[in-house]
Amino acid sequence: MSVAPLGQRAPILHMREIDKTFTGGVVALRRMSLEVNEGDFISLLGPSGCGKSTALRLIAGLMPPTLGRIEWEGGQGAGDLGVVFQEPTLMPWATVEQNVWLPFRLRGQSLASVREKIVEALALVGLEKFAKSYPRELSGGMKMRVSIARALVTRPRLILMDEPFAALDEITRQKLNDDLLSLKAKTGATVIFVTHSVFESVFLSDRILVMAARPGRVIREFQIDAPYPRGMEWRTAKEYGEIARETSDTLHGALAPEAAE
Amino acid sequence: MTIADTTELPARSDAGQGPVFDADEERRARKKRIEGIAKYVIPLAVMSIAIWYWDRIVVWNEIEPYILPRPGLVLQTLIEDWGTLSASLLITLQITGLALGVAVIGGVGLAIIFSLSRYAEMSFSPFAVILQVTPIVSIAPLIFIYIESRMVGLLLCAWIVAFFPILANTTLGLKSADHNLRDLMTIYRANRWQRLRYLQLPSALPYFLGGLKIAGGLALIGAVVAEYVAGTGGIGTGLAFRILEAGYRLQIPRMFAALILIAVTGVIIYATTSLIAHLALRKWHESALKRD
Ligand SMILES: Nc1ncnc2c1ncn2[C@@H]1O[C@H](COP(=O)(O)OP(=O)(O)OP(=O)(O)O)[C@@H](O)[C@H]1O
Ligand SMILES: [Mg+2]
Repeated sequence: MSVAPLGQRAPILHMREIDKTFTGGVVALRRMSLEVNEGDFISLLGPSGCGKSTALRLIAGLMPPTLGRIEWEGGQGAGDLGVVFQEPTLMPWATVEQNVWLPFRLRGQSLASVREKIVEALALVGLEKFAKSYPRELSGGMKMRVSIARALVTRPRLILMDEPFAALDEITRQKLNDDLLSLKAKTGATVIFVTHSVFESVFLSDRILVMAARPGRVIREFQIDAPYPRGMEWRTAKEYGEIARETSDTLHGALAPEAAE
Repeated sequence: MTIADTTELPARSDAGQGPVFDADEERRARKKRIEGIAKYVIPLAVMSIAIWYWDRIVVWNEIEPYILPRPGLVLQTLIEDWGTLSASLLITLQITGLALGVAVIGGVGLAIIFSLSRYAEMSFSPFAVILQVTPIVSIAPLIFIYIESRMVGLLLCAWIVAFFPILANTTLGLKSADHNLRDLMTIYRANRWQRLRYLQLPSALPYFLGGLKIAGGLALIGAVVAEYVAGTGGIGTGLAFRILEAGYRLQIPRMFAALILIAVTGVIIYATTSLIAHLALRKWHESALKRD
Protein backbone atom coordinates (compact mmCIF):
# COMPACT_ATOMS: atom_id res chain seq x y z
CA MET A 1 0.00 0.00 0.00
CA SER A 2 1.40 3.35 -0.92
CA VAL A 3 1.12 6.25 1.45
CA ALA A 4 0.63 9.87 0.48
CA PRO A 5 3.63 12.15 1.06
CA LEU A 6 3.86 14.04 4.34
CA GLY A 7 1.58 17.03 4.36
CA GLN A 8 -0.99 15.47 2.01
CA ARG A 9 -2.37 12.80 4.29
CA ALA A 10 -5.90 12.69 5.62
CA PRO A 11 -6.12 13.18 9.38
CA ILE A 12 -7.51 10.33 11.47
CA LEU A 13 -7.02 11.58 15.01
CA HIS A 14 -6.68 14.94 16.70
CA MET A 15 -5.23 15.54 20.16
CA ARG A 16 -6.15 19.07 21.09
CA GLU A 17 -4.35 20.85 23.91
CA ILE A 18 -4.21 17.82 26.15
CA ASP A 19 -3.33 18.25 29.80
CA LYS A 20 -3.05 15.33 32.16
CA THR A 21 -2.51 15.92 35.88
CA PHE A 22 -2.54 12.91 38.17
CA THR A 23 -4.02 13.01 41.65
CA GLY A 24 -1.07 14.05 43.77
CA GLY A 25 -0.20 16.80 41.37
CA VAL A 26 2.17 15.21 38.84
CA VAL A 27 1.71 17.08 35.58
CA ALA A 28 2.35 14.22 33.14
CA LEU A 29 1.39 16.19 30.02
CA ARG A 30 0.91 19.87 29.32
CA ARG A 31 -0.72 21.28 26.22
CA MET A 32 0.07 18.40 23.97
CA SER A 33 -1.42 18.73 20.53
CA LEU A 34 -0.96 16.18 17.82
CA GLU A 35 -2.59 15.47 14.52
CA VAL A 36 -2.21 11.89 13.40
CA ASN A 37 -2.60 11.35 9.66
CA GLU A 38 -3.31 8.22 7.74
CA GLY A 39 -0.05 6.41 7.06
CA ASP A 40 2.04 8.35 9.57
CA PHE A 41 4.76 6.58 11.45
CA ILE A 42 5.16 8.80 14.49
CA SER A 43 7.80 8.27 17.15
CA LEU A 44 7.44 9.76 20.61
CA LEU A 45 10.99 10.22 21.83
CA GLY A 46 11.91 11.50 25.24
CA PRO A 47 13.49 10.83 28.59
CA SER A 48 11.88 8.63 31.20
CA GLY A 49 8.88 10.22 32.84
CA CYS A 50 8.10 12.72 30.09
CA GLY A 51 4.61 11.34 29.58
CA LYS A 52 5.03 9.11 26.51
CA SER A 53 3.10 6.21 27.99
CA THR A 54 0.55 8.62 29.38
CA ALA A 55 -0.04 10.03 25.89
CA LEU A 56 -0.61 6.53 24.50
CA ARG A 57 -2.95 5.60 27.34
CA LEU A 58 -4.98 8.72 26.69
CA ILE A 59 -5.24 7.92 22.99
CA ALA A 60 -6.20 4.34 23.84
CA GLY A 61 -9.02 5.68 25.99
CA LEU A 62 -7.68 3.95 29.09
CA MET A 63 -8.09 7.21 30.99
CA PRO A 64 -9.60 10.61 30.22
CA PRO A 65 -7.50 13.77 29.80
CA THR A 66 -7.72 16.42 32.50
CA LEU A 67 -8.19 19.13 29.91
CA GLY A 68 -8.47 19.13 26.14
CA ARG A 69 -10.03 16.70 23.71
CA ILE A 70 -9.08 13.66 21.67
CA GLU A 71 -11.17 13.24 18.56
CA TRP A 72 -11.25 10.48 16.00
CA GLU A 73 -12.06 11.53 12.49
CA GLY A 74 -15.47 9.93 11.85
CA GLY A 75 -15.65 8.49 15.36
CA GLN A 76 -13.86 5.49 16.81
CA GLY A 77 -15.13 2.03 15.95
CA ALA A 78 -14.35 -1.28 17.59
CA GLY A 79 -11.10 -2.63 16.19
CA ASP A 80 -9.90 0.80 15.11
CA LEU A 81 -7.05 0.52 17.55
CA GLY A 82 -4.28 -2.02 17.98
CA VAL A 83 -1.85 -1.93 20.88
CA VAL A 84 1.56 -3.48 21.47
CA PHE A 85 3.00 -3.19 24.96
CA GLN A 86 6.58 -3.43 26.14
CA GLU A 87 5.93 -7.03 27.16
CA PRO A 88 4.32 -9.42 24.69
CA THR A 89 1.25 -9.58 26.97
CA LEU A 90 -0.06 -12.89 25.66
CA MET A 91 -2.45 -15.15 27.48
CA PRO A 92 -0.23 -18.07 28.52
CA TRP A 93 -3.13 -20.52 28.61
CA ALA A 94 -4.10 -19.88 25.01
CA THR A 95 -2.38 -20.90 21.79
CA VAL A 96 -0.86 -18.35 19.44
CA GLU A 97 -3.91 -18.57 17.22
CA GLN A 98 -6.32 -18.08 20.12
CA ASN A 99 -4.31 -15.09 21.30
CA VAL A 100 -4.57 -13.43 17.92
CA TRP A 101 -8.26 -14.30 17.84
CA LEU A 102 -8.93 -12.28 21.03
CA PRO A 103 -10.09 -8.98 19.44
CA PHE A 104 -12.60 -10.87 17.30
CA ARG A 105 -13.62 -13.21 20.07
CA LEU A 106 -14.59 -10.25 22.22
CA ARG A 107 -16.89 -9.12 19.43
CA GLY A 108 -18.54 -12.53 19.40
CA GLN A 109 -16.91 -13.81 16.22
CA SER A 110 -16.03 -17.50 16.08
CA LEU A 111 -12.51 -18.72 15.37
CA ALA A 112 -13.65 -20.41 12.16
CA SER A 113 -15.20 -17.26 10.80
CA VAL A 114 -12.00 -15.21 11.17
CA ARG A 115 -9.39 -17.93 10.69
CA GLU A 116 -8.35 -16.50 7.33
CA LYS A 117 -7.56 -13.13 8.89
CA ILE A 118 -5.64 -14.77 11.71
CA VAL A 119 -3.58 -16.87 9.31
CA GLU A 120 -2.88 -13.77 7.25
CA ALA A 121 -1.78 -11.75 10.29
CA LEU A 122 0.48 -14.59 11.46
CA ALA A 123 1.94 -14.86 7.98
CA LEU A 124 2.72 -11.14 8.04
CA VAL A 125 4.89 -11.65 11.10
CA GLY A 126 6.28 -14.94 9.82
CA LEU A 127 4.67 -17.23 12.37
CA GLU A 128 2.07 -19.11 10.35
CA LYS A 129 3.65 -22.41 11.38
CA PHE A 130 3.23 -21.66 15.08
CA ALA A 131 -0.54 -21.16 15.21
CA LYS A 132 -1.01 -24.08 17.58
CA SER A 133 1.97 -23.38 19.83
CA TYR A 134 1.71 -22.03 23.33
CA PRO A 135 3.51 -18.75 24.15
CA ARG A 136 5.98 -20.53 26.44
CA GLU A 137 7.28 -22.47 23.46
CA LEU A 138 8.32 -19.26 21.69
CA SER A 139 11.34 -17.01 22.09
CA GLY A 140 10.99 -13.42 23.28
CA GLY A 141 11.15 -12.06 19.74
CA MET A 142 8.55 -14.52 18.50
CA LYS A 143 6.19 -13.63 21.33
CA MET A 144 6.54 -9.99 20.34
CA ARG A 145 5.61 -10.93 16.78
CA VAL A 146 2.47 -12.64 18.03
CA SER A 147 1.65 -9.49 19.92
CA ILE A 148 2.10 -7.48 16.73
CA ALA A 149 -0.05 -9.93 14.79
CA ARG A 150 -2.80 -9.50 17.37
CA ALA A 151 -2.57 -5.71 17.04
CA LEU A 152 -2.72 -5.96 13.24
CA VAL A 153 -5.39 -8.57 12.82
CA THR A 154 -8.37 -6.22 12.95
CA ARG A 155 -6.68 -3.94 10.39
CA PRO A 156 -6.87 -1.03 12.83
CA ARG A 157 -6.70 2.58 11.72
CA LEU A 158 -4.04 3.22 14.34
CA ILE A 159 -1.48 1.03 16.10
CA LEU A 160 0.06 2.18 19.38
CA MET A 161 3.39 0.67 20.39
CA ASP A 162 4.95 1.45 23.78
CA GLU A 163 8.66 0.56 23.65
CA PRO A 164 7.80 -2.78 22.11
CA PHE A 165 11.35 -3.94 21.50
CA ALA A 166 13.07 -2.40 24.52
CA ALA A 167 13.41 -5.71 26.33
CA LEU A 168 14.89 -7.58 23.36
CA ASP A 169 18.50 -8.08 22.39
CA GLU A 170 20.06 -5.83 19.76
CA ILE A 171 20.00 -8.36 16.91
CA THR A 172 16.37 -9.34 17.43
CA ARG A 173 15.49 -5.71 17.81
CA GLN A 174 17.00 -4.72 14.46
CA LYS A 175 15.31 -7.63 12.75
CA LEU A 176 11.96 -6.66 14.23
CA ASN A 177 12.51 -3.03 13.19
CA ASP A 178 13.11 -4.16 9.61
CA ASP A 179 10.07 -6.41 9.74
CA LEU A 180 7.94 -3.67 11.22
CA LEU A 181 8.75 -1.45 8.26
CA SER A 182 7.94 -4.13 5.72
CA LEU A 183 4.68 -4.73 7.59
CA LYS A 184 3.94 -1.06 7.38
CA ALA A 185 4.69 -1.11 3.66
CA LYS A 186 2.33 -4.04 3.15
CA THR A 187 -0.53 -2.81 5.29
CA GLY A 188 -0.16 0.97 5.16
CA ALA A 189 -0.65 0.99 8.91
CA THR A 190 -0.54 4.19 10.91
CA VAL A 191 1.71 3.83 13.93
CA ILE A 192 2.57 5.78 17.04
CA PHE A 193 5.75 4.32 18.43
CA VAL A 194 7.24 5.15 21.82
CA THR A 195 10.97 4.72 22.20
CA HIS A 196 14.00 5.83 24.16
CA SER A 197 16.30 5.28 21.24
CA VAL A 198 17.16 8.11 18.88
CA PHE A 199 18.40 5.68 16.23
CA GLU A 200 15.32 3.53 16.36
CA SER A 201 13.08 6.54 15.94
CA VAL A 202 15.09 7.95 13.03
CA PHE A 203 15.22 4.58 11.33
CA LEU A 204 11.52 3.88 11.63
CA SER A 205 9.52 7.04 11.54
CA ASP A 206 8.62 9.86 9.22
CA ARG A 207 7.66 12.08 12.14
CA ILE A 208 9.56 12.32 15.43
CA LEU A 209 8.09 14.19 18.36
CA VAL A 210 10.80 15.01 20.88
CA MET A 211 9.39 15.39 24.35
CA ALA A 212 10.72 16.84 27.58
CA ALA A 213 9.75 16.13 31.16
CA ARG A 214 8.43 18.13 34.12
CA PRO A 215 6.00 19.00 32.78
CA GLY A 216 5.71 16.49 29.95
CA ARG A 217 5.43 18.33 26.65
CA VAL A 218 6.41 18.17 23.01
CA ILE A 219 9.38 20.43 22.33
CA ARG A 220 10.05 19.78 18.67
CA GLU A 221 8.84 17.80 15.69
CA PHE A 222 11.13 16.40 13.00
CA GLN A 223 9.84 15.23 9.66
CA ILE A 224 11.82 12.73 7.68
CA ASP A 225 11.15 12.44 3.96
CA ALA A 226 13.28 9.38 3.29
CA PRO A 227 11.08 6.96 1.37
CA TYR A 228 9.91 3.56 2.58
CA PRO A 229 10.82 0.75 2.42
CA ARG A 230 13.93 1.63 4.37
CA GLY A 231 16.73 -0.81 4.95
CA MET A 232 20.46 -1.00 5.41
CA GLU A 233 21.04 1.82 2.93
CA TRP A 234 18.99 4.15 5.13
CA ARG A 235 20.95 3.15 8.22
CA THR A 236 24.15 4.17 6.48
CA ALA A 237 22.79 7.26 4.69
CA LYS A 238 24.32 10.66 5.42
CA GLU A 239 20.91 12.18 6.10
CA TYR A 240 20.20 9.49 8.68
CA GLY A 241 23.29 10.48 10.65
CA GLU A 242 22.47 14.16 10.42
CA ILE A 243 18.92 13.77 11.64
CA ALA A 244 20.05 11.46 14.41
CA ARG A 245 22.60 14.05 15.54
CA GLU A 246 20.09 16.88 15.49
CA THR A 247 17.43 14.84 17.26
CA SER A 248 19.92 13.81 19.86
CA ASP A 249 21.00 17.43 20.39
CA THR A 250 17.41 18.52 20.88
CA LEU A 251 16.86 15.71 23.35
CA HIS A 252 19.94 16.54 25.35
CA GLY A 253 19.29 20.25 25.19
CA ALA A 254 15.98 19.52 26.87
CA LEU A 255 17.69 17.43 29.51
CA ALA A 256 20.05 20.20 30.60
CA PRO A 257 17.90 22.50 32.79
CA GLU A 258 19.59 25.81 31.92
CA ALA A 259 19.19 25.17 28.20
CA ALA A 260 15.49 24.56 28.64
CA GLU A 261 14.84 27.96 30.19
CA MET B 1 43.00 -4.49 16.82
CA THR B 2 43.83 -7.95 15.63
CA ILE B 3 41.60 -10.91 15.64
CA ALA B 4 43.44 -14.00 16.77
CA ASP B 5 42.97 -17.30 15.09
CA THR B 6 41.20 -19.78 17.25
CA THR B 7 43.69 -22.30 18.49
CA GLU B 8 43.87 -25.45 16.46
CA LEU B 9 42.04 -28.33 17.99
CA PRO B 10 43.34 -31.86 17.53
CA ALA B 11 41.69 -33.55 14.59
CA ARG B 12 38.68 -35.64 15.54
CA SER B 13 36.61 -38.10 13.70
CA ASP B 14 32.88 -37.84 14.29
CA ALA B 15 31.94 -40.51 11.82
CA GLY B 16 29.52 -43.11 13.11
CA GLN B 17 29.88 -42.10 16.75
CA GLY B 18 26.45 -40.74 17.44
CA PRO B 19 26.10 -38.03 20.06
CA VAL B 20 29.17 -37.42 22.17
CA PHE B 21 28.51 -36.48 25.78
CA ASP B 22 30.99 -34.91 28.09
CA ALA B 23 31.68 -36.30 31.54
CA ASP B 24 29.53 -33.76 33.30
CA GLU B 25 26.49 -34.51 31.13
CA GLU B 26 27.04 -38.23 31.71
CA ARG B 27 27.15 -37.69 35.45
CA ARG B 28 24.01 -35.57 35.34
CA ALA B 29 22.14 -38.16 33.31
CA ARG B 30 23.19 -40.96 35.64
CA LYS B 31 22.13 -38.94 38.68
CA LYS B 32 18.77 -38.28 37.09
CA ARG B 33 18.25 -41.97 36.34
CA ILE B 34 19.15 -42.98 39.88
CA GLU B 35 16.90 -40.32 41.36
CA GLY B 36 14.07 -41.48 39.14
CA ILE B 37 14.26 -44.97 40.66
CA ALA B 38 15.01 -43.80 44.18
CA LYS B 39 11.90 -41.65 44.15
CA TYR B 40 9.82 -44.81 44.41
CA VAL B 41 12.21 -47.24 46.10
CA ILE B 42 13.32 -45.13 49.07
CA PRO B 43 9.90 -44.23 50.49
CA LEU B 44 8.75 -47.84 50.07
CA ALA B 45 11.87 -49.21 51.73
CA VAL B 46 11.73 -46.80 54.66
CA MET B 47 8.04 -47.46 55.13
CA SER B 48 8.66 -51.24 55.11
CA ILE B 49 11.45 -50.93 57.64
CA ALA B 50 9.26 -48.80 59.90
CA ILE B 51 6.46 -51.36 59.79
CA TRP B 52 8.89 -54.20 60.40
CA TYR B 53 10.35 -52.31 63.36
CA TRP B 54 6.85 -51.73 64.74
CA ASP B 55 6.28 -55.47 64.52
CA ARG B 56 9.59 -56.21 66.24
CA ILE B 57 8.93 -53.75 69.07
CA VAL B 58 5.68 -55.54 69.86
CA VAL B 59 7.35 -58.96 69.74
CA TRP B 60 10.53 -58.00 71.64
CA ASN B 61 8.65 -56.25 74.42
CA GLU B 62 5.80 -58.77 74.48
CA ILE B 63 3.24 -55.97 74.23
CA GLU B 64 -0.37 -57.14 74.49
CA PRO B 65 -2.49 -56.68 71.33
CA TYR B 66 -5.01 -54.51 73.23
CA ILE B 67 -2.21 -52.03 73.86
CA LEU B 68 -0.32 -52.18 70.57
CA PRO B 69 -1.29 -54.77 67.95
CA ARG B 70 1.17 -56.17 65.46
CA PRO B 71 0.82 -54.86 61.87
CA GLY B 72 -0.25 -58.31 60.70
CA LEU B 73 -3.11 -58.31 63.17
CA VAL B 74 -4.21 -54.87 62.00
CA LEU B 75 -4.27 -56.09 58.44
CA GLN B 76 -6.20 -59.20 59.48
CA THR B 77 -8.76 -57.04 61.32
CA LEU B 78 -9.06 -54.80 58.30
CA ILE B 79 -9.96 -57.81 56.17
CA GLU B 80 -12.26 -59.45 58.73
CA ASP B 81 -14.13 -56.23 59.54
CA TRP B 82 -14.18 -55.00 55.95
CA GLY B 83 -17.98 -55.17 55.84
CA THR B 84 -18.50 -52.66 58.67
CA LEU B 85 -15.42 -50.60 57.93
CA SER B 86 -16.09 -50.22 54.21
CA ALA B 87 -19.65 -49.05 54.90
CA SER B 88 -18.27 -46.43 57.25
CA LEU B 89 -15.54 -45.49 54.79
CA LEU B 90 -18.18 -44.89 52.16
CA ILE B 91 -20.03 -42.51 54.43
CA THR B 92 -16.89 -40.57 55.34
CA LEU B 93 -16.04 -40.38 51.66
CA GLN B 94 -19.52 -39.14 50.82
CA ILE B 95 -19.37 -36.38 53.40
CA THR B 96 -15.87 -35.38 52.35
CA GLY B 97 -16.73 -35.40 48.65
CA LEU B 98 -19.99 -33.51 49.06
CA ALA B 99 -18.40 -30.94 51.36
CA LEU B 100 -15.58 -30.43 48.91
CA GLY B 101 -18.02 -30.07 46.03
CA VAL B 102 -20.10 -27.49 47.86
CA ALA B 103 -16.91 -25.73 48.99
CA VAL B 104 -15.76 -25.46 45.38
CA ILE B 105 -19.09 -24.05 44.22
CA GLY B 106 -19.44 -21.76 47.24
CA GLY B 107 -15.81 -20.68 47.33
CA VAL B 108 -15.54 -19.93 43.63
CA GLY B 109 -18.99 -18.33 43.55
CA LEU B 110 -18.21 -16.05 46.45
CA ALA B 111 -14.78 -15.22 45.01
CA ILE B 112 -16.43 -14.16 41.75
CA ILE B 113 -18.90 -11.98 43.66
CA PHE B 114 -15.98 -10.45 45.59
CA SER B 115 -14.16 -9.71 42.35
CA LEU B 116 -17.25 -8.03 40.92
CA SER B 117 -17.83 -5.86 43.95
CA ARG B 118 -15.26 -4.53 46.39
CA TYR B 119 -18.11 -3.67 48.75
CA ALA B 120 -19.34 -7.25 48.80
CA GLU B 121 -15.81 -8.30 49.70
CA MET B 122 -15.57 -5.73 52.48
CA SER B 123 -18.96 -6.82 53.83
CA PHE B 124 -18.54 -10.59 53.80
CA SER B 125 -14.88 -11.42 54.06
CA PRO B 126 -14.89 -10.83 57.87
CA PHE B 127 -17.42 -13.65 58.20
CA ALA B 128 -15.28 -15.94 56.10
CA VAL B 129 -12.22 -15.13 58.19
CA ILE B 130 -14.07 -15.65 61.50
CA LEU B 131 -15.35 -19.02 60.31
CA GLN B 132 -11.85 -19.94 59.26
CA VAL B 133 -9.98 -18.95 62.41
CA THR B 134 -12.48 -20.45 64.86
CA PRO B 135 -11.57 -24.10 65.48
CA ILE B 136 -14.21 -26.37 64.03
CA VAL B 137 -14.45 -28.42 67.26
CA SER B 138 -15.73 -25.34 69.04
CA ILE B 139 -18.42 -24.53 66.47
CA ALA B 140 -19.51 -28.11 65.82
CA PRO B 141 -21.48 -28.69 69.06
CA LEU B 142 -23.65 -25.68 68.27
CA ILE B 143 -24.18 -26.85 64.74
CA PHE B 144 -25.44 -30.19 65.98
CA ILE B 145 -27.85 -28.46 68.35
CA TYR B 146 -29.39 -26.33 65.62
CA ILE B 147 -29.32 -28.80 62.79
CA GLU B 148 -31.60 -31.75 63.05
CA SER B 149 -30.05 -33.99 60.45
CA ARG B 150 -26.74 -35.50 61.54
CA MET B 151 -25.62 -35.87 57.94
CA VAL B 152 -26.29 -32.21 57.13
CA GLY B 153 -24.48 -31.17 60.30
CA LEU B 154 -21.42 -33.19 59.35
CA LEU B 155 -21.50 -31.76 55.87
CA LEU B 156 -21.69 -28.24 57.18
CA CYS B 157 -18.68 -28.77 59.45
CA ALA B 158 -16.58 -30.27 56.67
CA TRP B 159 -17.68 -27.48 54.35
CA ILE B 160 -16.69 -24.72 56.77
CA VAL B 161 -13.09 -25.89 56.93
CA ALA B 162 -12.77 -26.74 53.25
CA PHE B 163 -14.26 -23.64 51.78
CA PHE B 164 -11.90 -20.95 53.01
CA PRO B 165 -8.72 -21.93 51.13
CA ILE B 166 -10.72 -22.12 47.94
CA LEU B 167 -12.32 -18.73 48.55
CA ALA B 168 -9.05 -17.06 49.56
CA ASN B 169 -6.99 -18.49 46.73
CA THR B 170 -9.58 -17.92 44.03
CA THR B 171 -10.16 -14.34 45.18
CA LEU B 172 -6.44 -13.68 44.96
CA GLY B 173 -6.26 -15.41 41.56
CA LEU B 174 -9.10 -13.38 40.07
CA LYS B 175 -7.25 -10.20 41.05
CA SER B 176 -3.89 -11.30 39.74
CA ALA B 177 -4.55 -11.02 36.02
CA ASP B 178 -1.78 -9.23 34.11
CA HIS B 179 -2.51 -5.49 34.10
CA ASN B 180 -1.58 -5.06 30.44
CA LEU B 181 -4.02 -7.82 29.50
CA ARG B 182 -6.64 -6.01 31.54
CA ASP B 183 -5.93 -2.83 29.57
CA LEU B 184 -6.18 -4.82 26.37
CA MET B 185 -9.62 -6.03 27.43
CA THR B 186 -10.66 -2.41 27.96
CA ILE B 187 -9.27 -1.35 24.60
CA TYR B 188 -11.18 -4.13 22.87
CA ARG B 189 -14.28 -3.18 24.84
CA ALA B 190 -14.79 -6.45 26.66
CA ASN B 191 -17.82 -6.48 28.94
CA ARG B 192 -17.71 -7.62 32.57
CA TRP B 193 -18.64 -11.18 31.72
CA GLN B 194 -16.04 -11.51 28.93
CA ARG B 195 -13.37 -10.11 31.19
CA LEU B 196 -14.21 -12.76 33.75
CA ARG B 197 -14.50 -15.59 31.25
CA TYR B 198 -11.46 -14.89 29.08
CA LEU B 199 -9.05 -13.26 31.49
CA GLN B 200 -9.79 -13.55 35.19
CA LEU B 201 -10.95 -17.16 35.42
CA PRO B 202 -7.98 -18.57 33.47
CA SER B 203 -5.61 -16.39 35.51
CA ALA B 204 -7.20 -17.70 38.70
CA LEU B 205 -7.06 -21.36 37.70
CA PRO B 206 -3.60 -22.14 39.16
CA TYR B 207 -4.52 -20.38 42.39
CA PHE B 208 -7.84 -22.20 42.61
CA LEU B 209 -6.17 -25.58 42.06
CA GLY B 210 -3.67 -24.79 44.82
CA GLY B 211 -6.61 -24.07 47.11
CA LEU B 212 -8.34 -27.27 46.02
CA LYS B 213 -5.33 -29.35 47.09
CA ILE B 214 -5.47 -27.89 50.58
CA ALA B 215 -9.26 -28.02 50.76
CA GLY B 216 -9.36 -31.73 49.87
CA GLY B 217 -7.34 -32.64 52.94
CA LEU B 218 -9.23 -30.20 55.12
CA ALA B 219 -12.62 -31.57 54.05
CA LEU B 220 -11.56 -35.00 55.29
CA ILE B 221 -10.30 -33.57 58.57
CA GLY B 222 -13.53 -31.62 58.96
CA ALA B 223 -15.65 -34.70 58.29
CA VAL B 224 -13.73 -36.79 60.83
CA VAL B 225 -13.54 -34.14 63.55
CA ALA B 226 -17.22 -33.29 63.22
CA GLU B 227 -18.12 -36.91 63.69
CA TYR B 228 -16.19 -37.06 66.94
CA VAL B 229 -18.25 -34.14 68.16
CA ALA B 230 -21.53 -35.53 66.84
CA GLY B 231 -20.84 -38.76 68.72
CA THR B 232 -22.97 -41.86 68.51
CA GLY B 233 -26.52 -42.26 67.47
CA GLY B 234 -28.49 -42.20 64.30
CA ILE B 235 -27.81 -44.08 61.18
CA GLY B 236 -24.90 -43.56 58.84
CA THR B 237 -21.77 -43.73 60.92
CA GLY B 238 -18.41 -42.88 59.42
CA LEU B 239 -14.89 -43.99 60.21
CA ALA B 240 -14.43 -41.60 63.12
CA PHE B 241 -17.36 -43.21 64.86
CA ARG B 242 -15.81 -46.63 64.29
CA ILE B 243 -12.64 -45.46 65.99
CA LEU B 244 -14.56 -44.10 68.97
CA GLU B 245 -16.64 -47.24 69.22
CA ALA B 246 -13.61 -49.54 68.98
CA GLY B 247 -11.89 -47.41 71.63
CA TYR B 248 -14.74 -47.92 74.09
CA ARG B 249 -14.60 -51.64 73.50
CA LEU B 250 -10.81 -51.78 73.63
CA GLN B 251 -10.71 -53.22 70.10
CA ILE B 252 -7.36 -51.61 69.47
CA PRO B 253 -6.57 -53.48 66.21
CA ARG B 254 -9.82 -52.18 64.80
CA MET B 255 -8.91 -48.64 65.79
CA PHE B 256 -5.70 -49.02 63.85
CA ALA B 257 -7.52 -50.49 60.86
CA ALA B 258 -9.94 -47.54 60.74
CA LEU B 259 -7.05 -45.13 61.22
CA ILE B 260 -5.20 -46.63 58.28
CA LEU B 261 -8.30 -46.28 56.11
CA ILE B 262 -8.54 -42.58 56.99
CA ALA B 263 -4.86 -42.02 56.23
CA VAL B 264 -5.08 -43.84 52.91
CA THR B 265 -8.19 -41.83 52.02
CA GLY B 266 -6.31 -38.62 52.74
CA VAL B 267 -3.42 -39.67 50.55
CA ILE B 268 -5.75 -40.63 47.72
CA ILE B 269 -7.58 -37.30 47.92
CA TYR B 270 -4.29 -35.43 47.80
CA ALA B 271 -3.04 -37.49 44.87
CA THR B 272 -6.29 -36.95 42.98
CA THR B 273 -6.36 -33.18 43.45
CA SER B 274 -2.68 -32.99 42.50
CA LEU B 275 -3.36 -34.99 39.37
CA ILE B 276 -6.29 -32.74 38.45
CA ALA B 277 -4.06 -29.69 38.92
CA HIS B 278 -1.32 -31.22 36.81
CA LEU B 279 -3.67 -32.17 33.98
CA ALA B 280 -5.31 -28.77 33.93
CA LEU B 281 -2.07 -26.80 33.90
CA ARG B 282 0.45 -29.00 32.13
CA LYS B 283 0.15 -27.20 28.81
CA TRP B 284 1.02 -23.74 29.99
CA HIS B 285 1.70 -23.14 33.66
CA GLU B 286 5.21 -22.97 35.12
CA SER B 287 4.33 -25.24 38.03
CA ALA B 288 3.50 -28.10 35.68
CA LEU B 289 6.40 -27.69 33.29
CA LYS B 290 9.44 -29.90 33.34
CA ARG B 291 12.68 -28.02 32.90
CA ASP B 292 14.50 -29.64 30.06
N1 LIG C 1 -1.24 6.40 37.31
C1 LIG C 1 -0.39 7.37 37.65
N2 LIG C 1 -0.55 8.06 38.80
C2 LIG C 1 0.30 9.03 39.16
N3 LIG C 1 1.36 9.42 38.43
C3 LIG C 1 1.60 8.79 37.27
C4 LIG C 1 0.74 7.73 36.83
N4 LIG C 1 1.21 7.26 35.65
C5 LIG C 1 2.29 8.01 35.37
N5 LIG C 1 2.53 8.93 36.33
C6 LIG C 1 3.60 9.94 36.34
O1 LIG C 1 3.50 10.68 35.17
C7 LIG C 1 4.75 10.95 34.61
C8 LIG C 1 4.81 10.43 33.18
O2 LIG C 1 4.74 9.01 33.20
P1 LIG C 1 4.82 8.12 31.88
O3 LIG C 1 4.69 6.70 32.31
O4 LIG C 1 3.86 8.63 30.89
O5 LIG C 1 6.30 8.41 31.42
P2 LIG C 1 7.09 7.75 30.19
O6 LIG C 1 7.51 8.87 29.33
O7 LIG C 1 6.30 6.67 29.58
O8 LIG C 1 8.36 7.17 30.95
P3 LIG C 1 9.16 5.83 30.62
O9 LIG C 1 10.05 6.16 29.49
O10 LIG C 1 9.94 5.60 31.89
O11 LIG C 1 8.18 4.77 30.34
C9 LIG C 1 5.77 10.30 35.51
O12 LIG C 1 6.30 11.27 36.37
C10 LIG C 1 4.97 9.30 36.30
O13 LIG C 1 5.51 9.14 37.59
MG1 LIG D 1 6.49 4.48 29.48
